[in-house]
Amino acid sequence: MTDAATPTPSAHAATSTAGASTAATSTTPVVRIAGVGKTFGTETGGVRALDGIDLAIGQGEFVSLIGPSGCGKSTLLRLIGDLTSPTDGTVEVNGKPARRARLDRDYGMVFQAPVLMEWRTVAKNIELPLELMGYKKAERLRRSSELLKLVELDGFESRHPWQLSGGMQQRVAIARALAFDPKLLLMDEPFGALDEMTRERMNLELMRIWTRTRTTVVFVTHSIPEAVFLSTKVVVMSPRPGRVAKVIDIDLPQPRTVETREQERYFELVTEVREALRRKDGSAPVGDEAMDAALRDAERIRAEGLA
Amino acid sequence: MAVAARSLPARRRFAGPGRRARIALTWLAIVAILVIVWEGAKWLFGDPWRIHTTFLGLPIDIEHKPPMPARIARDLSLPHIWDVVGAFAEPAQRNGAPLGVLLAGQAWFTFREALIGFAVGGLLGLLLGIGFVHSRLAERAFVPYVVASQTVPILAISPLIVVATKAGWVSVAIISAYLTFFPVTIAALRGLRAADARAFELMRSYAAGKLSVLWKLRLPTSVPYLFSSLRVAAAASVIGALIGELPSGIPDGLGASLLNYNQYYTSGPERLWATIIACSILGLAFVGLVRLAELLLTRNRYRPAAGS
Repeated sequence: MTDAATPTPSAHAATSTAGASTAATSTTPVVRIAGVGKTFGTETGGVRALDGIDLAIGQGEFVSLIGPSGCGKSTLLRLIGDLTSPTDGTVEVNGKPARRARLDRDYGMVFQAPVLMEWRTVAKNIELPLELMGYKKAERLRRSSELLKLVELDGFESRHPWQLSGGMQQRVAIARALAFDPKLLLMDEPFGALDEMTRERMNLELMRIWTRTRTTVVFVTHSIPEAVFLSTKVVVMSPRPGRVAKVIDIDLPQPRTVETREQERYFELVTEVREALRRKDGSAPVGDEAMDAALRDAERIRAEGLA
Repeated sequence: MAVAARSLPARRRFAGPGRRARIALTWLAIVAILVIVWEGAKWLFGDPWRIHTTFLGLPIDIEHKPPMPARIARDLSLPHIWDVVGAFAEPAQRNGAPLGVLLAGQAWFTFREALIGFAVGGLLGLLLGIGFVHSRLAERAFVPYVVASQTVPILAISPLIVVATKAGWVSVAIISAYLTFFPVTIAALRGLRAADARAFELMRSYAAGKLSVLWKLRLPTSVPYLFSSLRVAAAASVIGALIGELPSGIPDGLGASLLNYNQYYTSGPERLWATIIACSILGLAFVGLVRLAELLLTRNRYRPAAGS
């Protein structure tokens, strides 16, 4: 194991301060994906969801994966989290195989749905990973109240999830993912189910949290403005099979604020991402529905297999 | 925005007074309909009767001849409701305690047997469900037998169990458990798998072991499913206890009373009817207790405002 395998909470907080987006990539990347391919369905008629993916994500980066539906961006995220395994290639997190990293609890996960447990209070939901990791009660309590402050939900600790709005629930899910101070945060369209206004506010919230924690984030979205606003790097993907079409560095100044969305450079970058998406879209005009259906099928089979 | 959300009204946890009154009224209406149908049948098909008396010095003479007398509605087959209700107050034996008091004692005995059967059967049912959920092989191999176990006529095997376990309340509890475990296993099979696929993934992302997943995700998710089946099981456990008591020869319990009053039916049909009603009340009370436990255990969960 390399030194990156032993997480020290202070280390990644100290490496990058304001504006350090790509500077840290020279050291061991947090995520290294090499020659990864994924085929769903092993029998005849398997669907190639991902092909030849190479990607390195450095310490403290905020990387968005964007692409049309069915391009395998969620699959790629799940590969990093070892929630599914690649057909070819290797995925490394913190310099070790993705499976080892999962077992070492190196990452926190946020889904499109908050996936909170209705029988637990907000605080108890945030403490769930801490319970599983054997934290003492006092420490759990300290962590959960700290995180409730971070996501600005202090005072709601003894509420139940169904007493909160959608945006608040998603903030609880983010707090839960950050509860054990993971080096990596994986987010799968976390704000996809929220309305536009809540979404923009949540984007600002996330930027504030990220500025404070400097956790490395991999973020799946299909919203171009969201990807550009949040990221230090946007990975544009093309479908059938999913490939990396273009990696665009987002050189907008940190910290990102409401004004960021009004800058000339912001619009240029949005246009650049949009054009990268369109170019790849036009080159392969058929089979979109078939791909979607196949992926939905694969998703269903996987879900049944888990249960 | 945060302040506004904080003043959200806390969801009402139990039925409000208005709703409770409606439920009580519905119950009363159902009882009233039952009484009307019962006594209506007596009026049309029952035995003829005649009242010949004086009231405040006035002579009263009413005679009723049912238009279509039928065997099934005769007083021997279908006593008048007031006779059945009155039977509770009358002594069961000469100079003995009222039948109602006697039946209450018998019901308490049967309840304890049913409760033990319910506890053992419920636990067994849950453990089977947990086993099946963790092993597809075991599920495929054994679930058909679990289903088959319930197609075996319990009436036929209860004497076997009684003989094999030398009678007594233990054999009764075993028969009660036999009827109890099945609905719980079936509900557990469903409930333990009912959590969102993403919740399982979340647990996987925390590298949670099978035991943690069971304890922190599967079991809490299955609680509403389990309680639905436990209500069925509570009623079944009372039936099981009664069936078990019949061949056991134990003098206590409602089963013994059923046998006894069945034997002396012609000399007092209302006593058997009273015992049957006592059995139903016991079953209802047990189901009610389970429902109460459910409300207490799920009071922190989301409950839609309308509906159950």
